[in-house]
Amino acid sequence: MNKTVNQKAWFFVIPVFVLVAFNAIIPLMTVVNYAFQETFGNNVFMWEGTRWFKQIMLSERFHASLGRQFLFTFIILFIQIPLGIAIALTMPKEGIGVPVCLVLMSMPLLIPWNVVGAMWNIFALPDIGFLGHSLNALGFDYNFTQQIGDAWFTTILMDVWHWTSLVVLLSYAGLRSIQPAYYQAAEIDGASRWAIFTKIELPKMKKVLTIAILLRFMDSFMIYTEPFVLTGGGPGNATAFLSIDLVKMALGQFDLGPAAAMSLIYFFIVLLVCWVFYTLMMRNEEKS
Amino acid sequence: MKKAKWLVPTIYIIFLMLPIYWLLNMSFKTTTEIINTYTLWPQEFTLDNYKKIFTDSTWYTGYLNSIYYVVMNTVISVAAALPAAYAFSRYKFLGDKHLFFWLLTNRMAPPAVFALPFFQFYSSVNLFDTHVAVALSHCLFNIPLAVWILEGFMSSVPKELDETAYVDGYSFWRFFFKIFIPTITAGIGITMFFCFMFSWVELLLAKTLTAVAAKPIAATMTRTASTSGYELGLLAAAGSLTIIPGAIVIYFVRNYIAKGFALGRV
Repeated sequence: MNKTVNQKAWFFVIPVFVLVAFNAIIPLMTVVNYAFQETFGNNVFMWEGTRWFKQIMLSERFHASLGRQFLFTFIILFIQIPLGIAIALTMPKEGIGVPVCLVLMSMPLLIPWNVVGAMWNIFALPDIGFLGHSLNALGFDYNFTQQIGDAWFTTILMDVWHWTSLVVLLSYAGLRSIQPAYYQAAEIDGASRWAIFTKIELPKMKKVLTIAILLRFMDSFMIYTEPFVLTGGGPGNATAFLSIDLVKMALGQFDLGPAAAMSLIYFFIVLLVCWVFYTLMMRNEEKS
Repeated sequence: MKKAKWLVPTIYIIFLMLPIYWLLNMSFKTTTEIINTYTLWPQEFTLDNYKKIFTDSTWYTGYLNSIYYVVMNTVISVAAALPAAYAFSRYKFLGDKHLFFWLLTNRMAPPAVFALPFFQFYSSVNLFDTHVAVALSHCLFNIPLAVWILEGFMSSVPKELDETAYVDGYSFWRFFFKIFIPTITAGIGITMFFCFMFSWVELLLAKTLTAVAAKPIAATMTRTASTSGYELGLLAAAGSLTIIPGAIVIYFVRNYIAKGFALGRV
């Protein structure tokens, strides 16, 4: 759409700007403040320069939690995106099945995150949980509070349970926006199912899929509550992702300086990846 | 082929429902049954867990608190986002693209980064432990989201609509409320759905910013779990009840979801 230049449009944006700035800039400045100083309480601060940043960048603890975070995010993207597309492709397109599927599939999205964690905790308990009990009955030695592999398996399964529906809903919306004429043309040309998928459906879903990947990346990168309730970051630190580690450092040990420096690095990584996504997305939009 | 096609969504839905069923199952059991035996459905069916929640004020006020700040946040977010989204979809102005990206970065900010500064900031302005504090803090991610979704919807409305209205002698605000808003009701519905959803499920900030008076239900649950032993039945009942508001909201927007997703951005 060709937009008219109008500087007065700023007046429309002011309420949003004020509300978000109130929440974003002031607290962010607090974080920046802590990141460069040492404090012993009572508002006494000493300038520390970049010491905390160096400390965090070189600390093995940070490398380990960052590594776990990337691994987790890649695994869940790798499972959720293809699975979400596959489910969207097989969903009914009309009739009573549509609202039934949509309503039931949206359910996990609207459950408070700590309830998701608590629910999966109860579900996966080795002795009284359905998942844990069944796996043990089948002969697997399963205990997510003791074994690292089981903890990861449970956390990933929980995230797949929790968020695949978002990918499904987005992909489904993308599929619905394809005109029937495309399919008719494909049928006349005798295109195979695979060709229809790669040549028509996938390109048409590109926009929603970018959003899905972006949202899933952001949200999985800041995941906190669900694994915290499910495993508490354990066994050991095996499932202590970035946010869990950060909160532990800031509110548990009250190491404000390093925690603030870590916050800024953490935020910067998310920002960088999202900026790349955003630029690609906007370029696509301008092209089409 | 046709039969096989039904299989995938069906299996997926069963997978989704299993943990929810297990939670419900637990909520109708007595504590002794939960701890001592493994049963697929309650042997001694009891409503005691629910009774406790509805009669004990520490429990049910948690629900009221949550609903109170979520509704407040949804109203603030959508009301502020409507004019902003209109500006972004219709006008070019100084710094518009940067502003839009800056807004989005706040959707990307990990709440864990903000937990401590929020606590200090809201304490210093005397808003700690109020519903307003939680509602305002959730604006951090809900306003950018609302602007993003609404902008998508508004951009799909042709500009000719605006121009015709002005030619017909409508003032801007009259056009905005009488014509423009009614044409994007679906978009507003979807936006409210998402604002409600993200505010309802968020816990880290809500928990950090409250102590007693505005404590959300989800925080009540975690604290009960740690203080009075492990009352799984009670926990399961409270968890089951948190699913209900979400289910009601989905029911109302069910027809918009597919359509809304296709037109809008998220």
